[in-house]
Amino acid sequence: MRTINQFFSKIREINQRYAKPTVEMSRGVKFSLAVLRIYLFLLVVLMIYKFITVIKVL
Amino acid sequence: MTLCECNASPLSQSQRRVSSTSNSTDMDFFSVLYYRFKKVWKAVRLYLVIAGPGLVVMIADNDAGGITTYAATGAKYGYHLIWFLLLLIPVAYYVQEMTVRLGAVTKRGHAEAIFESFGAFWGWFSLLDLMIVDWLTLVTEFVGMTAALSIFGVPAWLTVILVVLLMSIIVLNGRYWTWEKIALGFCLLNLIYIPAAFMVNPSISDIIGQGLIPNLPGGLTNELFFLLMANIGTTIAPWMLFFQQSSVVDKGLQEKDIKMGKIDTFIGSIITVAIAVFIVIVTGTLLNGAPIDDAATAAKLLMKTNHYVGAFMAVGLFDAGLLGAICISLASSWAFGEIFGWAHSLNTKVKEAPWFYISFFFTLATAGIVPLIPGAPLVLITLFVQVVAVTLLPAALVFLILLLNDKKTMGEYANTSLQNIVSTTIVVAIIILSTLYGVSALFPNLFQ
Repeated sequence: MRTINQFFSKIREINQRYAKPTVEMSRGVKFSLAVLRIYLFLLVVLMIYKFITVIKVL
Repeated sequence: MTLCECNASPLSQSQRRVSSTSNSTDMDFFSVLYYRFKKVWKAVRLYLVIAGPGLVVMIADNDAGGITTYAATGAKYGYHLIWFLLLLIPVAYYVQEMTVRLGAVTKRGHAEAIFESFGAFWGWFSLLDLMIVDWLTLVTEFVGMTAALSIFGVPAWLTVILVVLLMSIIVLNGRYWTWEKIALGFCLLNLIYIPAAFMVNPSISDIIGQGLIPNLPGGLTNELFFLLMANIGTTIAPWMLFFQQSSVVDKGLQEKDIKMGKIDTFIGSIITVAIAVFIVIVTGTLLNGAPIDDAATAAKLLMKTNHYVGAFMAVGLFDAGLLGAICISLASSWAFGEIFGWAHSLNTKVKEAPWFYISFFFTLATAGIVPLIPGAPLVLITLFVQVVAVTLLPAALVFLILLLNDKKTMGEYANTSLQNIVSTTIVVAIIILSTLYGVSALFPNLFQ
């Protein structure tokens, strides 16, 4: 239990340490990150769709 | 004094002058030659000190999956796609050299750089994705290694134990330098495909005529397109970015070493493609038209034609899997160490960096067990590697370019406009093709 607590407190510490991105959020950076989000979202949708179709077949 | 002596004296003086001028010219020539030789030798020695991360990552790129792809390419299309493989030299170089600059300037691995620059969300996404991709790829390396040694009658369980023991010896010596030199030794073994290619007596005129002139045999069919994408997918893998940057940091390369680090990467990219070409020549000569699903099958078929070439193919496959396993398991451990703040250097002993070594062996051992499980879904794992890699690779590449444009951090080593044009073009092409590859792996009938 103590180890799990330590692990989660470590995760919280990491999240705090890297809470604020240091890269200058220019238009180009914001655009790239937005495109990346959309891309990954679509990819995840495709994977879920595939997963569901495979489950249905089984 | 005789006439002869009187006349002789001025003549000999002039001769002496000519001779002394000639001697001085000779001396100048030899001193320039000596100076140049010393300069070149100094550069070579400096290169030998700095060489490592680029060579290791590039040659390890020809892992078990890569060998299978090249063997299948040669068997299916003969020498016809050699020109395409040559195009991958600049692709691999331009992507990987950015990690050299980033590592040498920031002294941070790729995972830490993403956390620091883009925040915890993108950081965790990359780290967890890397962990999954690396573990799955590691399973495929073990599959390749066990298949390779099974040709020589070595049971799979023994191969796994031997590999884990061998990697323990390599990693636990407590020195990055020693680890790197041993890894370079295994890189040398990867050149085994070169003598194999000469042993099959390929037709040089056919290689030049068919292989070096860009052509698409039979037109751009789905099968050809899939194979081209597979070749790109095996040339640039997500773990390579993380591995080389962390390796540059662990080796302690500085800004002044960037030039040599780039040369190291360039030589590595030439060697990796050269090895791929030689594999294509071997299977294109002896197995043209044979259905090849994996490199171990290729080795078995080659043994029927030429025992030694088949044996070379099997040894090369084992070596490729081993090199891949060495680098991939380290890429994950370095990344976790960077983020969790553990000591994470090969220069540390087990006592000093226990979590680094525990994560290394945990990844290695769990991946090694999978091929030993009867009925393990190995085909599904291979498919899943391609799909998950597609989620990580674009993100890692986009972050790489954005980081290289952060002038505040990179200073004079930030990307120039030309470098941005070249690297962005390459990255966009890789993203499109690898996405198509991943999607076609998910939905095989989509492009038919």
